[in-house]
Amino acid sequence: MKVLVPIKRVVDYNVKVRVKADNTGVDLANVKMAMNPFCEIAVEEAVRLKEKGVVTEIVAVSIGPKTAQEQLRTAMALGADRSILVETDEDVQPLGIAKALKAIVDEEKPELVILGKQAIDGDNNQTGQMLAALTGMPQGTFASEVNVADGKVKVTREIDGGLQTVELTLPAVVTTDLRLNEPRYASLPNIMKAKKKPLDTKTAADLGVDLTPRVTTVSVEAPAERQAGIIVGSVDELVEKLKNEAKVI
Amino acid sequence: MTDTILDRRDLRFQLFEVLDTDTLLSRPRFQEHSRETIEAALDTAEKLAQDKFANHNALCDKEEPRFVDGKVVMRDEVKEAFEAYIEAGFLAARASFDEGGMQLPEVAAAACTGMFTCVNPGTTAYPFLIAAAGNVIRNFASETLKQQFLAPMMEGRFTGTMALTEPHAGSSLADIRTRAVPQDDGSYRIKGNKIFISGGENELGDNIVHLVLAKIPGGPEGVKGISLFVVPKYRLDEQGEPAERNDVILAGLIHKLGYRGTTSTALTFGDNDDCHGYLVGEAHQGLRYMFQMMNEARVGVGYGAALLGYRGYRLSLDYARDRTQGRSAETADFSAPMIPIIEHADVRRLLLTQKAYAEAALAMSFYGYRLVDEIQTGDETQANDAALLLDLLTPVLKTWPSEFGVKANDMAIQVFGGAGYTREYPVEQVWRDNRLNPIHEGTTGIHGLDLLGRKVWQAESRGLVLLAQRIMADVSATTDSRCQPFACALQDMLPKVQSVTEAVGKQLASEGATAALSNANAYLQLVGHVVAAWMWLRQANAAVALTSAEDEDFANGKLQAARYFFQWELPRVETDITRLQEGDRSSLDMQNRWF
Repeated sequence: MKVLVPIKRVVDYNVKVRVKADNTGVDLANVKMAMNPFCEIAVEEAVRLKEKGVVTEIVAVSIGPKTAQEQLRTAMALGADRSILVETDEDVQPLGIAKALKAIVDEEKPELVILGKQAIDGDNNQTGQMLAALTGMPQGTFASEVNVADGKVKVTREIDGGLQTVELTLPAVVTTDLRLNEPRYASLPNIMKAKKKPLDTKTAADLGVDLTPRVTTVSVEAPAERQAGIIVGSVDELVEKLKNEAKVI
Repeated sequence: MTDTILDRRDLRFQLFEVLDTDTLLSRPRFQEHSRETIEAALDTAEKLAQDKFANHNALCDKEEPRFVDGKVVMRDEVKEAFEAYIEAGFLAARASFDEGGMQLPEVAAAACTGMFTCVNPGTTAYPFLIAAAGNVIRNFASETLKQQFLAPMMEGRFTGTMALTEPHAGSSLADIRTRAVPQDDGSYRIKGNKIFISGGENELGDNIVHLVLAKIPGGPEGVKGISLFVVPKYRLDEQGEPAERNDVILAGLIHKLGYRGTTSTALTFGDNDDCHGYLVGEAHQGLRYMFQMMNEARVGVGYGAALLGYRGYRLSLDYARDRTQGRSAETADFSAPMIPIIEHADVRRLLLTQKAYAEAALAMSFYGYRLVDEIQTGDETQANDAALLLDLLTPVLKTWPSEFGVKANDMAIQVFGGAGYTREYPVEQVWRDNRLNPIHEGTTGIHGLDLLGRKVWQAESRGLVLLAQRIMADVSATTDSRCQPFACALQDMLPKVQSVTEAVGKQLASEGATAALSNANAYLQLVGHVVAAWMWLRQANAAVALTSAEDEDFANGKLQAARYFFQWELPRVETDITRLQEGDRSSLDMQNRWF
C-alpha cells in the first residue's frame, strides 16, 4: 500500500516572528525554516504504518520553493522512500496546494494521503479538506489515532468535547492532530541514507495547475499587547468582575 | 526575530563564508558530505537541543543532583536527553561510517554539538566526557581495553570521566599521590583520592569508566612518573558485562556556583585495597596521553565559553528589543509610549560589546576546529602547519573566549537590569555556568605561563612566525575600503607583538623565568586580542562579500562589530605592550606581608 505525505516548509516554530514595518507580512529574512510540525506528525504516522507492515511505500511531496528540498530530505531521513517537489515561488495558498496535490494523487494513486491538519504559518486548516473534495476521497480530519485494516481506515478524531471515530473506505485523506504521535528525530546515519533516495522536481505547468494566489493579504498586525492583570481578593469579587467588567458571564 | 540558540545564519557564515568548509568537503574522507548534509545534521541538533535539552537547563540548576544512599539522584530529563543524543548519532558524529558514525569534519560536528552546549551545558557535559575519554582509549589503549570499554562507551552504555585532580594537587599534577601497584595478572591496584571529577557518579549508563592518573611506585619523579589507568566502577565479567563492584567510592558531591547539572565528585579509590585498574599504553606516559585529550578539551572549553557568551548576548538582545523603558532625550511628551531599551545608545553599547566578544570567540573556536581537521585530513604541509599553529594557539583558544565570554555575560545581566540579577531570568545562570571556564582545563594563569614560557619558543618560534604569516595573508587579501582600516590596524600590531616577544625573551635570559613570566597574563591578553582582531578582519572581509539583499542587515552588523572591536578593544592592548616591554615589576615586587 502506498501512502502520500504532503509536507510544507514554514518558519521554524521556535522563531519569534516580527511583523514587517510596512505591515505586509512577517519578516522572513535569514529566518530559520523547518518542516511544519503537523506535517512531521504525518510523516511519523506513515513511517509507523510502514514499520507495522501496513504500508509498503511512502512518498513525500511538497509544493514550494526550491529550498523545500531540505524538508523533503528530512522527510526521507525520517523514513519516506522518495519525494516530489512541485517547485514554485508563488505564495502558495490552500486551494492551489490542494489542486497540485490532486494532480499528484491522480499520477501516484496512493491509497492513503496523510497530511497535517494545518500549517503554522497560515493556520488555514483547509488543504486536507479541499483535497478530499477535489479527489472525491473520504476524509478523517484531526486524527489522534489511525488504524488501517481490510481496505478501510478507522480514524479517531479530536472534536469539541470528546472523540469521534469514523471509518473510511480507502483511498482516503487523513489530517493529523497534535496527539497522534510524537515524531522521531532524523538521526545522523539516516540523514546520510536520505541523500541517496530519489527526489523528483516538477512544476505547476507539468501538473497543469494554476497556483496563482486567490486571496489577497490586506494587512498584517502584531497581536495587541497583553494588559497587566490584577489579583482579586475573593471569588465573589472575581464573579462580580466577570459579570460587570468583562461581561463574559 | 531573535533566535536565542546558535543562530543558523551566523553558523553558515562562520562555516562557509569565513571558513572555506566547501574545500574541506572535497577531501576524500568527506566526499559523501555537502552543505545539505551538514545543514540537515544541524537541523536535528537544533531541534533536539530545543526539545530535550533546553527544557531542563534551569530545572537542573535549581534542583542539583543529590547524594542519596551512596547514589546520585538527578532529574529524569537528563537521562532522556542523554539517550536521545546518542540515539540521534551525535556521540559518533565524527566517527567513520564503518564505526556507525557520520564521518563529519570536526568543524561541522562542533557546530552541531554547540547547539546543545548553548542551551544546556550541564547535561551536554556527559556525552562530551564520554567522547573525550573515548578518544584517549582509542588512541593509546590496547585492543583488549578498546573492546572492553570503548565499544560500550560509544554506544552510551558506559559513561566516562577524567580523574586528574587530587585535594592537594590541581594545577600541580607532578605532586599527585594516587598509587598504582602492579599485580601478577598484569592489572594494577589503585589507591588514592580524586576531587572535582565531573560525571564521577551518575546513573546514565550501566558502568562508569574513570581515566585515572596515578604513579607506579619506583617510577621517575614528578610528571615523568605519571601513568594512566582505566578504572571501571564495575569490573567486567567474561561476557564483558558490568559485574562485580570495583572499589571506587563516591565520597561526596561538590556544590558549585554553576554547571550544577553536571555532578562534580570526590572519589575514593581502593579504600578496601581492591580497586582494579588497567594500564593505558605504556607506564609513565600518562600525562602525555592525557594531554592529547586535554588539548582538544581545551579548545572545547573555549568553544563552550564562546557559546555561553553568545547565548547571553542573544537573550539580552531579545530582551532589549521587547522591554520598554523611558523615551528619547528629545521627547518631552510623557504621554508618548515608552521605547524599547535597545533604542538607548548605552544599551546598544552593551549589546555590541557582547557581539564583538562572542562572535570573535566563536570564529576563533571554529578556526581551531578547522586546524584539527587540517591535522587529520590535510596533506603533509597543511597538517604540520596546522599542528604547529594549534599548539601555539591552544592557550589563546581556551582562554580568550573564557575570559571574554564571562565579561559578555556580565553585560547581558546589565542589559536585563534588576531583572537580570534575579533567578527569574536566565542570564544569571549563564554567567554562573560560564564562570567555570577560565578555571578548569588549566586556569588562565597557567595558560599565560604555557604560552609565554613554552609555546612561543617551541620549534624555534615557527608557530609565531606562521601565525604572523596567516594574519598577513588576510591583511593582504583585504580590498574593500570599509575593511582597510581594520587591516592597517592589525598590520601595525604585528611588529609590536614581535618586539614585545623579543623583549620578554631577553628578560628570560637575563632575569630568569620567575621575573620574565610575572606578567604572562598580559602577554596572553595581548595575543588573544590580536587573534580576536584578526577574526574580526576575517569576518568583515567575508561580510562585504555578501551580495544578497537579504543579507544586508546581517553584513552591516558584522562590519559594525568589527569597527567596534578595532576602535575600542584592540587599542586596550597598548598598556600591555608598554608594561611588557619595560618588564614592569608591580606584581613581582609586591610582598606577601605588604597585603
